[in-house]
Amino acid sequence: MYVATKGGERAIDAAHDWLAEARRGDPAIPELSVAQIREQMSLAVNRVMAEGSLYDPDLAALAIKQARGDLIEAIFLIRAYRTTLPRFGASLPVETGAMAITRRISATFKDVPGGQVLGPTFDYTHRLLDFKLAAEGEVQQAGRKPADDQPAPHVLALLDRDGLMEPLAPSAAVPGDLTREPLEMPADRPLRLQALSRGDEGFVLSMAYSTQRGYGRTHAFVGELRIGSCAVEMEIPELGFSVEIGTVELSECETVNQFTGSKTEPAQFTRGYGLVFGQNERKSISMSLVDRALRWEELGEEDTGAPAQDAEFVLYHCDNIQATGFLEHIKLPHYVDFQSELELIRRLRKAAGASEREAAE
Amino acid sequence: MTDQAYNFAYLDEATKRMIRRALLKGIAVPGYQVPFASREMPMPYGWGTGGVQVTAACLTPEDTLKVIDQGADDTTNAVSIRKFFERTGGVKTTTHTAEASLIQTRHRIPEEPLRADQILVYQVPIPEPLRFLEPRESETRKMHSLEEYGLMHVKLYEDIARHGEISTAYAYPVKVEGRYVMDPSPIPKFDNPKLGGSPAIQLFGAGREQRIYALPPFTQVVSLDFEDHPFMASKADHDCDLCGCSTSYLDEVITDDRGGRMFVCSDTDFCEARRAQGHRGRLSPEEAV
Amino acid sequence: MSDLSGGFAEVAQQSARAFRAVLNAMARPGQLQQLEGAAPPAPLSPAAGAVLLTLVDQSTRLHLAPSHDTPEIRNWIAFHCGAPLSGAEEAAFALGAWEALQPVARFAMGTPDYPDRAATLIVEEAGSNPPNARLSGPGIETQVKAYLPDIAAFQANHAGFPLGFDCLFTARDTVFGLPRSSNVEAL
Repeated sequence: MYVATKGGERAIDAAHDWLAEARRGDPAIPELSVAQIREQMSLAVNRVMAEGSLYDPDLAALAIKQARGDLIEAIFLIRAYRTTLPRFGASLPVETGAMAITRRISATFKDVPGGQVLGPTFDYTHRLLDFKLAAEGEVQQAGRKPADDQPAPHVLALLDRDGLMEPLAPSAAVPGDLTREPLEMPADRPLRLQALSRGDEGFVLSMAYSTQRGYGRTHAFVGELRIGSCAVEMEIPELGFSVEIGTVELSECETVNQFTGSKTEPAQFTRGYGLVFGQNERKSISMSLVDRALRWEELGEEDTGAPAQDAEFVLYHCDNIQATGFLEHIKLPHYVDFQSELELIRRLRKAAGASEREAAE
Repeated sequence: MTDQAYNFAYLDEATKRMIRRALLKGIAVPGYQVPFASREMPMPYGWGTGGVQVTAACLTPEDTLKVIDQGADDTTNAVSIRKFFERTGGVKTTTHTAEASLIQTRHRIPEEPLRADQILVYQVPIPEPLRFLEPRESETRKMHSLEEYGLMHVKLYEDIARHGEISTAYAYPVKVEGRYVMDPSPIPKFDNPKLGGSPAIQLFGAGREQRIYALPPFTQVVSLDFEDHPFMASKADHDCDLCGCSTSYLDEVITDDRGGRMFVCSDTDFCEARRAQGHRGRLSPEEAV
Repeated sequence: MSDLSGGFAEVAQQSARAFRAVLNAMARPGQLQQLEGAAPPAPLSPAAGAVLLTLVDQSTRLHLAPSHDTPEIRNWIAFHCGAPLSGAEEAAFALGAWEALQPVARFAMGTPDYPDRAATLIVEEAGSNPPNARLSGPGIETQVKAYLPDIAAFQANHAGFPLGFDCLFTARDTVFGLPRSSNVEAL
């Protein structure tokens, strides 16, 4: 016998208790500390900071713990927290050329001023499960050599000097803020880059990959990928000068792409750009490819109809918090709308049955 | 109890001002979708973030809030949103439509006629009525500005050609004051006639899609149709099995695996009130209330 | 410091109440709503002060018509709202007596794509005048009578619907609205 559904509130409370228990897992196993996550799951922390648009490794680690390792859920926690924070102002643009580099590679030149630095990369590891890690052994200290203070200028700037790169005029315009103004189409490049930088890594990766396979191909070379720490400075009007308020780790990728040119204009390489919080190189490379693909119009290229060329498609679908929310909301009760469809489809079938009978008679 | 860690009704004042400005422009241009800088709320997009932001921007300490989902106060998401405002706004809540000054809803308009001192806030998933015909925002915005709604009429007409009637059963598009075609949110088309001429203010919030729109009281709202195929607000052809009401919108409940089913009012407060008044349905024995 | 008093003491609660009054004003054209809680420097009315506190901030450009462009009002707005002052053309909000706001055709009317990008005029009224206009349209069941400082200007504004500016008429502690959607006839 049907009983009007009551007890939604009790069900929710019980579910939350169960969730807390499941999060903890077997209590015989020591609990993870936030510091352990921050230090030992640092790439997960970086992804949460990048897509959460909030640079705070401790909070990101806490979010990962709370989310049971579900990174999209952790990103969501960070985003929801971020919205409640007051804004004191905007920093000056970070000077990535002055980055304290932990990793830097250029695929376009064998060597460059400042050198190639492999850094802490998986690139040349053989992907063999390391069972030593299961034994909880101490790690051997990596060898160290004193840092050479040789400057490492942007590789693309070196090409720029020779006039081989498309020029990029500095702009005094204040860029829009995706988190403060509704997205409007067509979106300019600063807005597109903001959306890509916080966009879902998997989505941006797949979009980038699709350009490599020919859907909006841009012939990208990694001119430079650099990862390291940058000082963040803020102008203090009362003081009349800027002060350093902290440092952030960033991954920056600049691609050198197929050239444009015409009978009257000499050929030049074009650029794609990616900048992401933390060591996040897959994301920064992906971002630079998608950025470049989205620039087809300003560079006078043809719209081939490729998904990665379609700013409206990319920008409206790259945010995993929006996507997962809307996707998962179909779990919510829809019985009112479903009932209206049921009623309609029954009526349509009845009408069709009646007209068939009529036809038969 | 109010959670002191957050501002009254959760949102910071600057965000509320931004939403309030958008609401006023929505009121000034009924049915037009005003873009607003929707914030990331502590609940998922698609679960009422737009409605919650509109409610937060409208709520006063004196309000009595009712939250319904599918017409019911006790569905889990309605419970969750009601708790959110109890916690962050410290406002009184109710399940009785008549006692509420602000009602947030998903997918239904209450059966009991609304009054001038009430506000109805709709949670909207896809605010753009033309979206399923044209996925591009840049295109649909142009269509609204040019009042170019031919595509919609073609779609409805194709329905008739194929099925003999318009095969849209919920989120049935309406035209507001003869100007904007508007999505009434996924309410069943049974509820469409209540949209127009209501003494209450009706506000629509779509968080993920960053749109707000509104119907002032006594606004003319017409469900799209054709002269030879007039709009029909239909419902299941049954009476409520609990309260016997023959005019309310019904949920269908499957009661066994042999085709047994019952129909009950989707508006739980309405149904309970009728039973309290002594109304009975097919499956509601006299003694039980 | 006296010119900096008169804001909302309980910002969240008072602005919430004030907004409901303004929402009702805009949603029910021509019908007076009480709007209290602000005590701005004269000639700014308490109602107009409350509108500013509720809607205007760093992100909205405000135009002060000559009738209300005084150092005291400027300071009060700078302190409580922080709104950047602007010319009439760029303003999201404008404040002043009707004559001082002229010519109103200068104000933003929105664009066909974005009719919401239109100005809101806060029109300060001196006192109560007998109704001279009949209003109808959204928000009004049949018709409502109101006093408007001009008839033709509002008829022209309505003729441009969905473009046009929207008005809040403030006097002492009352407000009524006149959105562009209202049809205006002379009595």
